[in-house]
Amino acid sequence: MNLSTIFTEIERVDPEIYDRVDERRGVIKNFLRGTTRLAAAAVPVALGGLFNKAYGQKVSGDVLGVLNFALTLEHLESRFYQTALGTAGLTPAKDKINVIRDHEMAHVKFLQQAIASAGGTAVAEGKYDFTAKGLYPNVFKDYKQFLGVAQAFEDTGVGAYKGQASELKSSNDILTAALQIHSVEARHAAHIRFIRMVNGYAKVKPWIIGDDNTKGTPLEPIYKRESDHRQVLINLEGIGGYDVGNAATASFDEPLHKDEVLAIVKPFMA
Amino acid sequence: MRSPAPIASPPLGFNPGPRLLQSAPRRSFLKFTGLGLAGVALASAGCHIQKETPSGRLDIGEHDLAVLNYAYALEQLEGAFYEKVVAGFYGGASALEKDLLTDIRNDEIAHREWFSDVLVLKKVPRLQFDFSSINFADRKSVLTTARTFEDLGVSAYNGAGQLLALSPFLNHAGKIVSVEARHAATIRNLLNFGSFADSDVIDANGLDGARTPAQVMALADKYFVTKISVADLPTH
Repeated sequence: MNLSTIFTEIERVDPEIYDRVDERRGVIKNFLRGTTRLAAAAVPVALGGLFNKAYGQKVSGDVLGVLNFALTLEHLESRFYQTALGTAGLTPAKDKINVIRDHEMAHVKFLQQAIASAGGTAVAEGKYDFTAKGLYPNVFKDYKQFLGVAQAFEDTGVGAYKGQASELKSSNDILTAALQIHSVEARHAAHIRFIRMVNGYAKVKPWIIGDDNTKGTPLEPIYKRESDHRQVLINLEGIGGYDVGNAATASFDEPLHKDEVLAIVKPFMA
Repeated sequence: MRSPAPIASPPLGFNPGPRLLQSAPRRSFLKFTGLGLAGVALASAGCHIQKETPSGRLDIGEHDLAVLNYAYALEQLEGAFYEKVVAGFYGGASALEKDLLTDIRNDEIAHREWFSDVLVLKKVPRLQFDFSSINFADRKSVLTTARTFEDLGVSAYNGAGQLLALSPFLNHAGKIVSVEARHAATIRNLLNFGSFADSDVIDANGLDGARTPAQVMALADKYFVTKISVADLPTH
């Protein structure tokens, strides 16, 4: 098969794909630009109003489901950091764990408002057992153990948002907001890892190298896809003639599916 | 490790034309990429974008392939920057800094070369950059530039996600952007420990930046010797 034949085949399958996408997206084009002029706090309300305009009805149950799934995780993280910061002597001020706490609390509020504005019902905060049924008995006594659990939550959050991105394609504004939270979670993960690295608490770097030696540990499910050095079948080892070393796995973070995420956090639910 | 020599344009000027780009269908993407995987065999048929706008900028086109070429151009910028950083570290660079900056360089090379493979059918050529505003012998100059590039890269991917029509492209952009965010946090911590997600980049809702291609290129343009036009990229 020569190239021109292949192109003809591709054209033949669905010539209207971009037209259809553009029609769907046209309703909410320019919204992103519009929000930059709004006060940050007004954005969730604007999101809700947008849905009604775009669909003439409530936002789809699928999108609300994703938002509530995200909120479930943010509740968990928010309470985790609030508890840690409320425990005297656990977190050194210089490590700025309070910055992470503030972001997680802001994410909770943002998602709650977005869900309510879109006509949905925000999921309530759960009851938690941050020892994970005794697996981490000193999570709020031993700073090293606390950081280990924090890293697990942050890396799980990164994988969770990533895994939902394509579910949000019908709502440009929601997709963008989710991506904006996603990269903040990645910054948090890198910071927690940085603290562990420079203090010698764990053999980690700010990025995930292979499965980070978690095979056979309770953390394995978080990192089970991270050892893959292929992306869409393209091998990153020696790509383009370069020896990129650990970047063959570290340069791409992997998604986690919803059921995988819920299984990872289940031990932390009281 | 190979030196970053510019790659010559391929001999064939095959141009799939605008009709293909407008109609490349979702379910054929993997087949499309599969073609890219066979890129070694088909290398001679690869196409570099050579069309220029009246102002002499490279016109990277429309739709998803243009968005990916935009990302490829930014990865080239980052890759070239870190290659220069690692080729001759600034004075007083610590072992930790050298190690982390080398890792970041390798990530950016992996991203760049991955896009190069994926886009084998239609991509911008290997670009030249102007780093004359950067003092590579000076720690602060290098790290503040790195911070700018990483924060900009994160906001570029965050803003471009909604421009991608096809889920496989979006998913892979997502896999890359969180690594860029890890870089950004790390560089920030090297500059000023604890500034990994300061309020100059994260807003009151706890959201990172999101920039349109035009906003990104307005900030990055001065580093490009070969100027890129993003005027025809999707805007929504």
